[in-house]
Order: sequence, then C-alpha cells, then structure tokens
Amino acid sequence: MGKRDMDRREFIGGSAALAGSLAVAQPALAQSAELSFFYPVAVGGPITKLIDSYAAGFEKDNPTIKVKPIYAGTYQETIVKALTAHKSGTPPVLSVLLSTDMFTLIDEEAIVPFDPFIKTEDDKKWLSGFFPGFMENSQTGGKTWGIPFQRSTVVLYWNKELFKEAGLDPEKPPTNWAQQLEFAQKLTKRDAAGNTSQWGIQIPSSGFPYWLFQGLTTQAGAILANAAGDKTDYANPGVVEALQYWVDLAQKYKVHPPGIVEWGTTPRDFFEKKVAMMWTTTGNLTNVRANAKFPFGVGVLPAGKKPGSPTGGGNFYLSKKASPAEQEAAFKFVRWITTPERAAQWSADTGYVAVTPAAYETEAMKKYVADFPQALVARDQLPTAVAELSTHENQRVAKALNDGLQAAITGTKQPAQAMADAQAEAERILKAYR
Amino acid sequence: MSNRATATIHGWLLLLPAMACLALFTHWPAIASFVDSFMSTPRARRPARFVGLDNYQQMLADPIFWKAMANNLWFATGTIPASIALALLMAVWVNDKIAGRTLVRMAYFTPTILPMIAVANIWLFFFTPQYGLLEQIVAAFGGRSTNWLGSQDTALYAVTIVAIWKEAGFFMIFYLAALQAIPPSLGEAAAIEGASRWTFFRRVQFPLLMPTTLFVLINAVINAFRMIDHIFVMTRGGPDNATTLLLFYIYQVGFGFWDTSYAAALTCVLLLLLALVAFVQYGWLERRTHYQ
Repeated sequence: MGKRDMDRREFIGGSAALAGSLAVAQPALAQSAELSFFYPVAVGGPITKLIDSYAAGFEKDNPTIKVKPIYAGTYQETIVKALTAHKSGTPPVLSVLLSTDMFTLIDEEAIVPFDPFIKTEDDKKWLSGFFPGFMENSQTGGKTWGIPFQRSTVVLYWNKELFKEAGLDPEKPPTNWAQQLEFAQKLTKRDAAGNTSQWGIQIPSSGFPYWLFQGLTTQAGAILANAAGDKTDYANPGVVEALQYWVDLAQKYKVHPPGIVEWGTTPRDFFEKKVAMMWTTTGNLTNVRANAKFPFGVGVLPAGKKPGSPTGGGNFYLSKKASPAEQEAAFKFVRWITTPERAAQWSADTGYVAVTPAAYETEAMKKYVADFPQALVARDQLPTAVAELSTHENQRVAKALNDGLQAAITGTKQPAQAMADAQAEAERILKAYR
Repeated sequence: MSNRATATIHGWLLLLPAMACLALFTHWPAIASFVDSFMSTPRARRPARFVGLDNYQQMLADPIFWKAMANNLWFATGTIPASIALALLMAVWVNDKIAGRTLVRMAYFTPTILPMIAVANIWLFFFTPQYGLLEQIVAAFGGRSTNWLGSQDTALYAVTIVAIWKEAGFFMIFYLAALQAIPPSLGEAAAIEGASRWTFFRRVQFPLLMPTTLFVLINAVINAFRMIDHIFVMTRGGPDNATTLLLFYIYQVGFGFWDTSYAAALTCVLLLLLALVAFVQYGWLERRTHYQ
C-alpha cells in the first residue's frame, strides 16, 4: 500500500513539475522537435556507438531538437521497417536507406525532396558540394530526393606477399582485364591432382551480384539502366562480354573459384590466403586493415575498354508523413552531419568514402591518409564511377539480373541467353512505368 | 440460473482470451489474405481494385513460383523421413543404459536449442570451399573441392542437411519421452520369450510409438514449409533460385517487391497445401494409429 502511495505522490509531483516547465519553456517549445531516425549497419565496426555519439553531439549544438537514432538491421530489413511504418502512419522522420531505393520510395509516396529546404546561398553551396558521382543516385526529374551519407565503391584488394612469391611487383596491381587474367594465372596454385590451394582472383556473386558485376559492365562500356529508371539494357553486347569475362575466369581459365562465391566469406578467404586478389567494397577497408596478417594493397578496379566502378551505399531520406517542424529539424541534422569535419571523421571511423571533396581538405583527413594512403583509392576512383543500378520496382528488376548472373556463373545458361532472359523479365516489369 | 448454465458461461469465458487471440492472429489474417488475393496491390496513386483471378493466373505463369514449389517438395521429402528416422534411432540408442548417456543426449539435443541464425552461420563455414570443415574431411580422403552452397547441383541438398541436423534432436526428445513411458514389463516379457532386439522393436516398441510418430510427422511437415531463416543466411534463395522455398518467395514478393496482393495469393496456396496435408494426416493416418 505504502509503495503505491509513493508512486502516486511522485507522479503528481512529477506532472506538476512538468506543467511548470512547460509554462516556462513555451516560446522555445514552438521550435522544438523530436527527430526519430532509422539506420542500417552494413559493415564491421562499432557503428551504433558512432551514430549515438553523433546524435549526442548534434543535441549539444541544438538543444531544442531531440535525436532518437534507431538501429534497424541490414539495409534490406531497414527499408522493410521504414516502409511498413510508413504504411501504418508513423514512419521515422529520417532514414538511411540504399541510394538505389529512391524510385521505390518515390512511387510509394514515402519521401519528400530536399529542394524546399534549400533557401539560402549557403544551402545551395552545400548541396553542390557533394561528389557528382554520388548525386546521380540521389536526384531524378530535377529534384534531390536523397543526401549521400554512407557511400562506397568497389575496389581491388591484393596480397603483396603472394605477389612477391609469384614473381610479381607487389606495388603494381593489374591495370586492365588482360593483365588481371595474367596475374591471376600466375597467382593460382594447383597440385598434381588438379586441386587448387590458392586462387588468383575472387569476385563475390551471392546476394547482390549485380553490384560487383556493374564494375565489369562499366569497364566494358555498357550502362545497365537509364537515368529515369524505367529502362534496362541487360542484353547489351557489352554486358554479355563482361559476363563472358567473369564466367571465363572460373570455367575456362580456372583462376577464380567455381560456382557462387559468398559475399560474406570473401574477406575471410583473403585473410586465409586462399585468394590473392579480391573485389569488394571500400567499406571493408577498416575490417581488412584490422584482420589481414600481411601487407596488402588497395587499388582502382582494372580497366576493360575504360576504367570504372559503380557507387553504392546509403542516402538520407526525409519522410513525407513527418510534420514540417520535424522535417526542418531533420534537414538541420543532415546538414550538420555532412559538414567536412564530420564527413572526414565518419570516413576514418568506417572506411566509407567521405561524401564531399571538402572533407579531404580537412586536417583530420590529411592526417588519416598520411598514415593510411589506401583510404584515398575509393575517392580517386570516383571520376570514373557510375550510378548503381536503380529503377522503379528496383528489387524485382535487380533480381532478374541477379538470377541471370547466377545461372551463367553456375553454368546452367550461356551468358547471352541469361542476359536476354533477364532483359525480357525487366522489360515486362518496367513497361508500366513509361 | 442453473448450475449447468453457469458452468457453460464459465467455460466460454475461460476460452475467450485464447479464442480472441486465435481469431485475431490466425483466422483474421487468413481471411484478409484470401480477400486481398483477388485485389490488385494498392499503390500510392492507385488504390486496390478487384481483379478476380489475375493474381492466380500470374502465379501459373511464374517460373519462380513453380521452382519454389518443386524445391519445397524436394526439401520436404528430404527432411521429413530422414529427420524422423534419425530421431528414432538416436532416441532408441540413448534410451539404453550406455556409458555417458547424459552427455550423448545433450549432444543430440544441442542443435535444437541453438537459434537458427547462429546454426546457419556455423554451417556457412562448414560448407566454405577449401578450408571449411566438410572440405577438410573430403580432402583427408583425397576428394576434390566442392562449392556446396554455390552450385546448383548441391545447394538444395546442403540446406536440407542443415534442417535435418536441426530437427532430429528436437524430435528425439518426443521419442525419448514416449519410449520411457512404455512399461518395462513388456521388455521383460519379450526377453523371456527370447525375442530378438529387432523383433521387440518392430512388434512392440514401434507400434506403441505410433501416436508420437503422428505428432512428430505433423510438426515435421509444418516445419518443412515454414523453413526460411537459414535460407536467408546461407543462400538467399540462390544460386538462380535453386534454394528458393515457398515461404522465402512469399517474403521476397511481399516485403522485397511490396507486391502485397500477389504475396497474399501465394500465401493462400501455402495455406491450402497445409490444409490438405492436415486433412490427410487427421482423416486417414490417425485412424490407423493405435493409442495405448
């Protein structure tokens, strides 16, 4: 009985205090807002801790805004949660989702463009300050729907020790397709029975093979989808040529493991010296730095007809169902976290590419790359980078390509046939959007 | 009010919470899915409208649906008899007075208490080409390296084996409990008659275990069709849909593509399939089962 009394007393006292503070803080309250925001974790490292510290830092600078970051799983899980919340009526004000989900989010009327918030000259300067390569997946129809945050590209990692053993210059990675094959042949070790103990090269093909494949297609001079996101070009001869090259590495030259190669275990294969060169995201940089027991190099992807890589990763999106005050607060947060100093910090903490050139001019970044020059490769690759494959009904259109790629890699379809089938399926889905 | 009426009201009141939950979380979603399967998927600018059997027609022409269906049937045929037989074998074994019985029982049961996601991650490394556990065993016998999860020929078998490994320990517990419930006098009588161990198992133990077998069978069938978690971790349905099971495909259509009404139609097919199986099991098998 006594306990309950006390609870009630506390409750009454508490609400009286609350009412009092409300009365005092009335003018400030008009501008205050709570900012809920969903974010995924897609690479190794203490990402949740980092995000929490950024939120606390922002609250210190903006006492009227309360930031509530919510870890929502992988990219895939995060968009499922964000869209479900949108459909039920109470979505997070801000979310970090794949840049390629832009069209899906527009079609669901889940997000608003950032343009109405760009008012001053300073705002305009800020918006034009991002790497143009990252804006390709953030703008469509003359509007800006996403702000780049945790962005990446595909890069080549190589084991310098194994290069030396094979009689190659450990400081010189392959620069074109022919050289890549030649190096891979020298780096592949086979015993008398034909069993391979060390592969020359590995390009993962599970989960989202289209992303790594887009490196090859860009180098072959092909573009997978148009900017409006309503047309794909999967059956382009360049695309087929790129797929043939990938398939040949495994099936004809046997310098690449056969079958589907796991995205998640590829870095481990590299640490275990089962593979001498691997393609993976620059977001794995901090992971590789911590776990590779040998000197390693990071380089731009070898060129085919030309050099190239897709960009990837996540953007900030602004919920349509949030109130204007909440949206304004979210905009403030996005501007705050993309300042050069913080973008540099984020890049050093994770391995992601800093989203603005200005971030690379900061003292902190200069110090970081002086100690670890490999961190600059992803940035240097940006001028030749293209937008990641993104269309209306993105997941379904990408799956058509993924299935075709896996069919060719596992040898059930010829590359030309696999790409023709994928194109037919994508065409069927996208027809409704033209 | 008569005693009888009060008892009836009490009875219904006691049932009410469970019934409300059942209706809310089982019956209502099933009915809603059935209704939705005849509508188009609502989009922001285009509300849902009645489309009749369109979703079902789309299904008939959808090669991935047929692939998922075939995969699921193979998966069921692979997991159900194998996991039940293995469970029975293990239960009979650890029922006997063998040395270290508790340890063996625990070892068999461990897979059951591990979360599926953890299990899948462990097996992912078992299956890793070149240095995974399986590869090392194969290599020790001079075999060639295989990409178990990355090849169309082996991927479905690989995920099937994980399911059997996970299920067998769980079913073993039921069999073990049932075996312990068989009166020891039957075993003594068989011993006096001079019956062999195999005869005793075939003529006494196995028939007495039939109710358990039926229960385990129903569970095994349900599990075979609701298996999804280790597919996520190990293959994501690949390569080229070789390991796409029905529920995984429903998830992909519903939450990956947001084509909710097509997902509803797929769900109805899954429900129908399970209802058919339940009908066979309760209508036919149960009549052939002898309870003690």
